[in-house]
Amino acid sequence: MTALTLSRLPAPVLQALARPAFLIGGGIILMSTLFALFPAAFAPYDPLAFNYAAIQQPPSLAHPFGTDNFGRDILSRVIWAYRIDMMIALFATIFALLIGVTAGSLVGYHGGWADTIFGRCVDAVITFPFLVLVIAVVAMLGPGLINMFVAITLVNWVYYARLMRAEVMTQTAHDYVSAGRVMGYSSGRIIFRHILPNAITPVLTFWMTDMALAILLGSSLGYLGLGAQPPLAEWGVLIAEGRNFIFTAWWMSLCPGIAIVLTGLGFSLLGDAVADMLRPKG
Amino acid sequence: MSGLIQRESRENALPETANRPALSVQGLSTSFTKQGRDLKAVNNVSFDLAPGEILGLVGESGSGKSITLRSLIGIVRPQGRIDGSVLWKGRNLVTMNEPQLRKIRGREIAMIFQEPMSSLNPLLTIGLQITENLKAHTSLGRQERQKRAIELLDLVGIPAAASRLDDYPHQFSGGMRQRVMIAIALASNPELLLADEPTTALDVTIQDQILRLIMDLRTELNMAVILVTHDLGVVAQSCDRVAVMYAGRIIESGSVGTILKAPQHPYTLGLLQSVPQDQPPRTPLFSIDGTPPALDDMPTGCAFAPRCQQAQGTCLESAPDFSLVGSGHAAACHILETARPSLGENK
Amino acid sequence: MSSISYLFSRLLQIVPTFLLVMIFIFLLVRLLPGDPAIAMADAKATEAQLEQIRHNLGLDQPMPIQFAKFVGNVLTGDLGNSILQKAPVLAVIQDRLPVTLFLAGYSMALAILFSVPLAFVAALYRDRLPDLLIRSIFQISLSMPVFYIGLILLSILAARLKWLPVGGYGETWAEHFSHLLLPALTIAFYSSAIILRNLRTSVIEVLDAEYIQFARAKGLPQRLVLFRHVFRNALISTVTLLGLSIGNLMSGTLVTETVFAVPGLGRLMLDAIFARDYPLIQGLTLTFAVLVSLVFLATDMFQSWLDPRLRKS
Repeated sequence: MTALTLSRLPAPVLQALARPAFLIGGGIILMSTLFALFPAAFAPYDPLAFNYAAIQQPPSLAHPFGTDNFGRDILSRVIWAYRIDMMIALFATIFALLIGVTAGSLVGYHGGWADTIFGRCVDAVITFPFLVLVIAVVAMLGPGLINMFVAITLVNWVYYARLMRAEVMTQTAHDYVSAGRVMGYSSGRIIFRHILPNAITPVLTFWMTDMALAILLGSSLGYLGLGAQPPLAEWGVLIAEGRNFIFTAWWMSLCPGIAIVLTGLGFSLLGDAVADMLRPKG
Repeated sequence: MSGLIQRESRENALPETANRPALSVQGLSTSFTKQGRDLKAVNNVSFDLAPGEILGLVGESGSGKSITLRSLIGIVRPQGRIDGSVLWKGRNLVTMNEPQLRKIRGREIAMIFQEPMSSLNPLLTIGLQITENLKAHTSLGRQERQKRAIELLDLVGIPAAASRLDDYPHQFSGGMRQRVMIAIALASNPELLLADEPTTALDVTIQDQILRLIMDLRTELNMAVILVTHDLGVVAQSCDRVAVMYAGRIIESGSVGTILKAPQHPYTLGLLQSVPQDQPPRTPLFSIDGTPPALDDMPTGCAFAPRCQQAQGTCLESAPDFSLVGSGHAAACHILETARPSLGENK
Repeated sequence: MSSISYLFSRLLQIVPTFLLVMIFIFLLVRLLPGDPAIAMADAKATEAQLEQIRHNLGLDQPMPIQFAKFVGNVLTGDLGNSILQKAPVLAVIQDRLPVTLFLAGYSMALAILFSVPLAFVAALYRDRLPDLLIRSIFQISLSMPVFYIGLILLSILAARLKWLPVGGYGETWAEHFSHLLLPALTIAFYSSAIILRNLRTSVIEVLDAEYIQFARAKGLPQRLVLFRHVFRNALISTVTLLGLSIGNLMSGTLVTETVFAVPGLGRLMLDAIFARDYPLIQGLTLTFAVLVSLVFLATDMFQSWLDPRLRKS
């Protein structure tokens, strides 16, 4: 972005851009994305190369995260795992977002019996602990990355839809919506051209935070053996591999976790900053 | 701070009152720190109040009138910095610490709030909310407190008072809640009542009843009242004197009669013209263009200058002093000298 | 009297929700890709054996009849037989339930102990050092998956310092407390972050409320303002939050039981999944839903007890 376009942004946005939350969060996510796209450029070693001369070495300058029981460099494995985990952040949320926004808009705009049924579904879904429901679906589909995405989406869209419904209902009460109706616009046009742009902000903010949650959830399922499957390098899987050595080689489990905490923090800081930026001024 | 006390010799422009003032406010300022900047919500406010007198504090929302009122007894939130002096019976409330202030609040100076809905604790019975006040400030026993609470509810005109002590705020109507709040405030016979827009949230007929109640109580208990309002009608009906606030300052003050008949400040004039009175039907109401300045965007000169139709060069350069323009009548305006005749001719 | 009728009306509201919960659990197995009988049987099962399994599961009948039977069975406590444990599902769950309830209660108690005082400190010192410190610590813990918190505590407190047992449940009450301390701390640390963040906001809302300013203007003693006025009002949102976070807590126990080898429902659920023990998975999912509903109900009752506005006269 050039200085010229920057100076055209409204003042609150500029202020938000200069905030530490945005700079740190944005920096972390940018770095994570680069790691995910070009792991080979950043990883100091081949993540799969066995080195029997350097088995279970504690963190050192040569191996900042130490090495595992096959002598593989853990930092390199963590960097290669960014691929999978950033993919989880995206794919575990994006379909839920799309389905949720569509369903939530329709239900919120039209109300009536569809809304009643939807309300009951929400009640039923929140009656289950989130993880229990996801695990139950994964259990049926069978463990694996793709099935995990399907399971999370099946449960998660409800939360997006609930949020969207509430927003759309607020917007529907505004005059511009009745004006659109008077002008004879189709409900599809009113919902997606007029209401949606006004109602989408909280959903997008929630999406940022949800990507942080998706990473936590994805790595948890990986750890439990229900998500990404070994030998795929995923943070939860890496941590699970080190679990048996926690008494002798703590770094095998604890070092990959740093990436989870960092990325999760990045998404939630960014989410907070974006929320601040988009909030009506005041 | 102590230097200010000497200024009681009233070279300040406020009207003389027969008695020694019960309350004397000098150079009161309240500021908040926001993102490293100091924002003055109340700026160098001074006024006196005699026992049994009703002073109206008038202004648009955001003019600092409510914060002025709250600053007097130190319950500003979020925590702000209060400077100046508030002399109450010879003691400076600004320099007092919390435990000392707590002995004055509710006992000598009571306050009622704008929103009877949100100002009563929803979880506690009315009886408890009255008696806890009595417990804090009197030596009455349990039975006596109970009895006094019923008396108080009677006094403010709540029917079947005895049976309502165990009721919760949500079981009362808006006007009745405001009466309850007044009963709570009166619990320990205060000498000064601070009333923060006590009628704004109520229907017109109820408004009238509440104002009458406050005026009656003033007469009965010889209690002084500061009445914050944005409604000049309320002022005309109930106040002895009035001070008009704009952007954190008092810009005009005097007796109600003088101010309503011959306002000196263009802002006061504008306020008066925006109240419908004796006009033929369908006369469009006057309104002052623009909005008051934001706290973080105060003009260097007179704060009203950007909205003032008569503003001149000096108005934009320096803030006018508050000076006497008649007997007991003061205003802060640069153009008073030159433009006074036209200003005086309200009708 | 009124609270009993309130309880009754709340129970009535739960009925349609639970019908949906049952439909979901019922469909879970029916909509399985492929034939659940094949999935459940071992590879060399004969067609006759598969037919037997289908018959046992009632899969050879039309869907509505299957569902009616399923609901009837659930209501009479018949959740089928666990393939893994070779025992009735209900008995298996009853056997493990106390462990999970103990762990959940233990961690909830610890979480309240951590988060409620800290939330008040943070709210009272809003935007000043104690608040910023508390918020940053919990912001970081919000970014940690439960199992990772568990492993950190495990490697420090159990592996390195050898202060605490590594896991299990123990035999006596004293052993329960010491064995479950690590898992409970793990869950408490994770739940505290969520509770604290929300509770801080609602305490600030209460502190800013006009009735608190009015209480101050009455010149009441500080402790009376704080305990009678602030605390009571903040307690309502605290209880709501604790109630709503029960789902999180249950998710937390599920993972934590795995990390620390605690023989509770969560651990059982994973065992059931890897053993493809569908009746047990169904039973456990239902159990978790019932537990959460009971907590929601208890929260509602407690709220209506605290808040006169919710009481029906």
